[in-house]
Amino acid sequence: MRWLLLKDLQILRRSPLQLTLLVIYPIVIALLVGFAMTRGPEQTTVALYNAMPADESLGFGGEEVDGNEIRDQLCGRVDCIEANGTDDARKMVESGEATAAVIVPEDFGDKIRSLASLDPQPPEIQVVVNGSDAVESQVTDDRIDAMLGEANLLLAKRLSEAANRYLDLILKGGELDLFGQELEILGLQKSERILNKLEPKLPPGTDRDELARAARFAQLATQNLDLAGPLLTAITQPIKADKVEVGDDAPSLDTFAVGVTVAFALMFVTVLLVAGSLALEKEENAFTRLTAGLVTRGRILAAKVELGTVVGAAVALILLVGLGLFVGIAWERAPYWLLALVFAAAAFSAAGAALGAAAREVRAATLAAVMICLPVALLSLVPDDAVGSAVETMINVVSAIFPFRPALDAITGGLEISGASIWLSLLHLAALTGVYSVLARLALRRF
Amino acid sequence: MDQEETRAKPALAAREVAKAFDGRQALDGIDFEVGAGEVVALIGPNGAGKTTLLSILAGISEPDSGKVEGDGVAWVPQQAALYRRLSVRENLMLFARLQHEAGQTDEDPQAMVDRMLELTGLTERADDQVGTLSGGNQQRINIAVGLMAGPSVLLLDEPSVGLDPAQRERLWGFILGLVGTGTAVAFSTHDIQEAERYAERISVVAEGERIFNGTADDLRREVESGGVGDLETSFLAFLRKHGH
Ligand SMILES: Nc1ncnc2c1ncn2[C@@H]1O[C@H](COP(=O)(O)OP(=O)(O)OP(=O)(O)O)[C@@H](O)[C@H]1O
Ligand SMILES: [Mg+2]
Repeated sequence: MRWLLLKDLQILRRSPLQLTLLVIYPIVIALLVGFAMTRGPEQTTVALYNAMPADESLGFGGEEVDGNEIRDQLCGRVDCIEANGTDDARKMVESGEATAAVIVPEDFGDKIRSLASLDPQPPEIQVVVNGSDAVESQVTDDRIDAMLGEANLLLAKRLSEAANRYLDLILKGGELDLFGQELEILGLQKSERILNKLEPKLPPGTDRDELARAARFAQLATQNLDLAGPLLTAITQPIKADKVEVGDDAPSLDTFAVGVTVAFALMFVTVLLVAGSLALEKEENAFTRLTAGLVTRGRILAAKVELGTVVGAAVALILLVGLGLFVGIAWERAPYWLLALVFAAAAFSAAGAALGAAAREVRAATLAAVMICLPVALLSLVPDDAVGSAVETMINVVSAIFPFRPALDAITGGLEISGASIWLSLLHLAALTGVYSVLARLALRRF
Repeated sequence: MDQEETRAKPALAAREVAKAFDGRQALDGIDFEVGAGEVVALIGPNGAGKTTLLSILAGISEPDSGKVEGDGVAWVPQQAALYRRLSVRENLMLFARLQHEAGQTDEDPQAMVDRMLELTGLTERADDQVGTLSGGNQQRINIAVGLMAGPSVLLLDEPSVGLDPAQRERLWGFILGLVGTGTAVAFSTHDIQEAERYAERISVVAEGERIFNGTADDLRREVESGGVGDLETSFLAFLRKHGH
């Protein structure tokens, strides 16, 4: 079988023009797509108008939430520009200077403070988007959602810290500052101890029983409220988990763009190469000769998948190392992303083989490769929340049966230090390699 | 006129072979045989089933019914089954290695390549890409690959199509050189003169059946008394007589 592989490599070497196109074209497309991915978000500018009194503090329960802090959170993911008033902010959106405006109303501070009171009122901010561009406003909505998510997260954390402190106070006692007056809070633990101490001193009778009951209550309450603290923190945990997706811990846009670039190049190089090279066996008439007692169809197929895996992974590796000169790449995770490249290359090879076997002609095979790869890969990049649920399901199905999405997941997972586990994606790719190999083998029966 | 008894045991024989494609009968229970060291021509109209018969004889496709007897068969497809981007030597080397690996020959691939280069007279062009060679030279390499395993029967599908008379003559010189060493040859052709000149026996196939089997003179005698004149004219008359 190595002779078949060697022969294909010799043919490649003899075809410098095709080889150059085969490598350059995918890389150019991949870089363009990757570039587009990184440019997108930088263009979102949000006009911010804060109607809250400048010196107003957003403290509640002794926890200070600085207005600037919220602002920083809001403006962490987008370019913020300052507006001078509600109308000014609206105009900025209308003129296109800003893609959206966020207006923080005057009573925002009061509402936030009310969250820690007995009568909480949800704080609201006003968002102004330019509705004339559907795609743009959809993207902006997503961004604003992300901004609000981060701000909410900050508030939730502070709220739970404040609530924890109140609980602590009720449990252990301490000083509480209420309307400028220092109050001494006894605390349940201390109450229990006092009550327990008092009990034997009282004469037997109803009062003493009452006291014992009160002491037991204090004890029970102490025990149960002890749990309330961690519980309250636990309630805020889901929000914290969301942050992984929204915040800086999620695959950074750089990593994602690198992943997209590499996955695109890998897909094109491998699918085009294997589909074209298998169809070439037919065009050169060599297939009949090879299968007339020399090698089995299965071995020809295996040699092609091997060719695609070797060449595809090599090109992707070179591209990745090249990109590493410009963006940070986690070199210490090389075993992971190398594994991802090899598995992805194998899956694309098998898909290419199925295509080449079905097309049986180099031109038809390469045309079909481009016409199938490009839209399917782009489809896999459409964000879930940008489309309706029916379309989303359709996209997910298409993404699952073509190796691009799992390849992208495996590569970004491999690159990301805190990234998701890549094993599931590798398994997915291995399964696709198997399925497409079987399809290719079936198509070769009438090759 | 049936000459199959003249050869004790054919090197290769097809018995009542039938094959249909999509319900259309390409071969309709045909008999065909090649004796050891014999040269047989297969002629017949387009779509008669010549290629189908040769590929079944070569074991490349399976008949629907009937059987094929004989081994040591090599098949040379009509169009050169070679990699045009590879050099003559690289092509020969690839197939020599594959045949060696498949256990079809014990000969060392390098020695085999050298022998084939010498046999085809293409040693000087060994490092040229096959795509740059003339059709005749490509066909020689094509046949040389078929000869690697030392077959007892060589099946050639329209081997000289597209060659000028000089190239054709050189190619046949090459093929008949092999026959001298005991290899039998069966070839299909649309060139009636070529069939008469190089084949000892002619089989006419039409619509999947063998409608004639004998020498060129036998064929002439089928349509006119005396057995003289242009064989192509006789052939056409013969086909008409049989309603083709
Ligand atoms: N792979 C195939 N699929 C479908 N039909 C086929 C196939 N191969 C051959 N046929 C049909 O079988 C019949 C015999 O074809 P074949 O190629 O054997 O004829 P032939 O005698 O070699 O013709 P030609 O002189 O044109 O080469 C034709 O009708 C052809 O269309
Ligand atoms: Mg034919």
